[in-house]
Amino acid sequence: MLAWQIALALAILALWQAGVALRLLDPFFFSRPTDIARRIATWLVDGTLVRHLFVTIEESLLGLLVGAALGIGAGFALARAPMAARVCDPFIKMLNAVPRVVLAPLFLLWFGLGIWSKVALAVTLVFFVMFFSTYEGVRSADPILIDHVRMLGASERQLVRHVLVPSALTWIFSSLQTSLGFAMVGAVVGEYLGATHGLGYVISQAEGTFDTTGVFAGMTVLALVVVIVSVGVSRLERWLLRWKA
Amino acid sequence: MLTLDRVTHTYTTPDGRPYCAIENISLSIAGGAFVAIVGPSGCGKSTLLHIAAGLLAPASGLVRVDETPIAGVNRRAAYMFQQDALLPWKTVRENVALGLVLAGVTSEDAHARANDWLGRVGLTAFASHYPSQLSGGMRKRAAMAQNWILDRDIVLMDEPFSALDVHTRQQMETELLSLWDDTTMRPRRLNKKTVIFVTHDLEEAIALADEVVVLSAGPGAHIVAHHQVTLGRPRDLLDLRTDPAFVDMYRSVWAVLRDEVVKSRGAVRD
Repeated sequence: MLAWQIALALAILALWQAGVALRLLDPFFFSRPTDIARRIATWLVDGTLVRHLFVTIEESLLGLLVGAALGIGAGFALARAPMAARVCDPFIKMLNAVPRVVLAPLFLLWFGLGIWSKVALAVTLVFFVMFFSTYEGVRSADPILIDHVRMLGASERQLVRHVLVPSALTWIFSSLQTSLGFAMVGAVVGEYLGATHGLGYVISQAEGTFDTTGVFAGMTVLALVVVIVSVGVSRLERWLLRWKA
Repeated sequence: MLTLDRVTHTYTTPDGRPYCAIENISLSIAGGAFVAIVGPSGCGKSTLLHIAAGLLAPASGLVRVDETPIAGVNRRAAYMFQQDALLPWKTVRENVALGLVLAGVTSEDAHARANDWLGRVGLTAFASHYPSQLSGGMRKRAAMAQNWILDRDIVLMDEPFSALDVHTRQQMETELLSLWDDTTMRPRRLNKKTVIFVTHDLEEAIALADEVVVLSAGPGAHIVAHHQVTLGRPRDLLDLRTDPAFVDMYRSVWAVLRDEVVKSRGAVRD
């Protein structure tokens, strides 16, 4: 499988390179795979890559942590309080419908050019994914399991701990992949719109000088990071949900 | 002693009308007795068990354990459900130990006692497996250990073996009887546990119980007959079903149950 995947990637890169060499594609607009690779290597050597990537990852992780904490907390609270859930329902839907790009300038004003405006943007994306998974997870807990554990002598708190939390966790873990992707999107979009560091900043600087090689190099690094992280997350997910058949 | 005193329960159907599931049921079950409740499907057997467990408050009437009315969940009873009720995210050992852990026993202690019980039900080799990795019969064994480990005086069973194939089922019935007969695990008490076993299968009811209670067809199910099962113990379930005494017993209870089954079919047709 991996061999086929690598073969496909190489084929696309070769086509791209050949297209530029045969003058079917203009290198000004499309750059070249070899140039992009060289640029990434340069960044690696001069430390640009590590410096900016570190900032982006830091923002994404903080966004993921804060967004997950708030989303899971709110999901739990509302799942346990149906009345409050009904009251909040339209507001949650409205907030979730707000395009995040229009929030970015506001966050820049509120939280400044540093990492926190990006973290805030990532939080607004992660929060809703985590909120909806937790809410559904708690509410879809099997009523028979709840009755059963009550009969075994569980208090309300033990019920939450032994049934509701694990039941919600299966949903939360399943949405971890999406949440992580969203956290990175939030961080990069935030950087793109105004920052002094980060991959989004690098890409936007490159665009500002019509440096397509820089833009593609930035995108490539971002894509590679997402692939590596998602392999890690699937491993983690498989381990955490190992009890599933 | 478990007493149901004029217990009535009414549900609200989805279209808003009241539906009386069980009506005015009074039943006294002596400590250590094995009582089976049979009745046509949908007659409110499970409702009755839920009320005895305290998971459902009756519309009127009382449930008493040794003269004390229960409030909320019946802490003197264990409940074995028809569906699988093992926690899928806990290993078999953790599941069996769960009740003890909930009661505040240290997990070391609880796991040691769970290991004893896993040995008794033949699941030692599967202690670290998850329920999804077990067969249906093994899951039932784990569920029995999970309930029996708490040593509650009353065990409520709601068609626990109905999803199993015939042979596995007979094996589980045998194991249930030997657990119930074996009082060595209850050193401080001489009595057996009181078992209330709900089933729609009359053969199973007679084979296991001391007394068979027949419920009428719903709505407003009530008790139509009590039958004492005079078969001796211990019973060999492999040969019991062809025993003439068993066949006679079956015939006389079925005569009563048959009418109710016919009525319940008529009600469905209406």
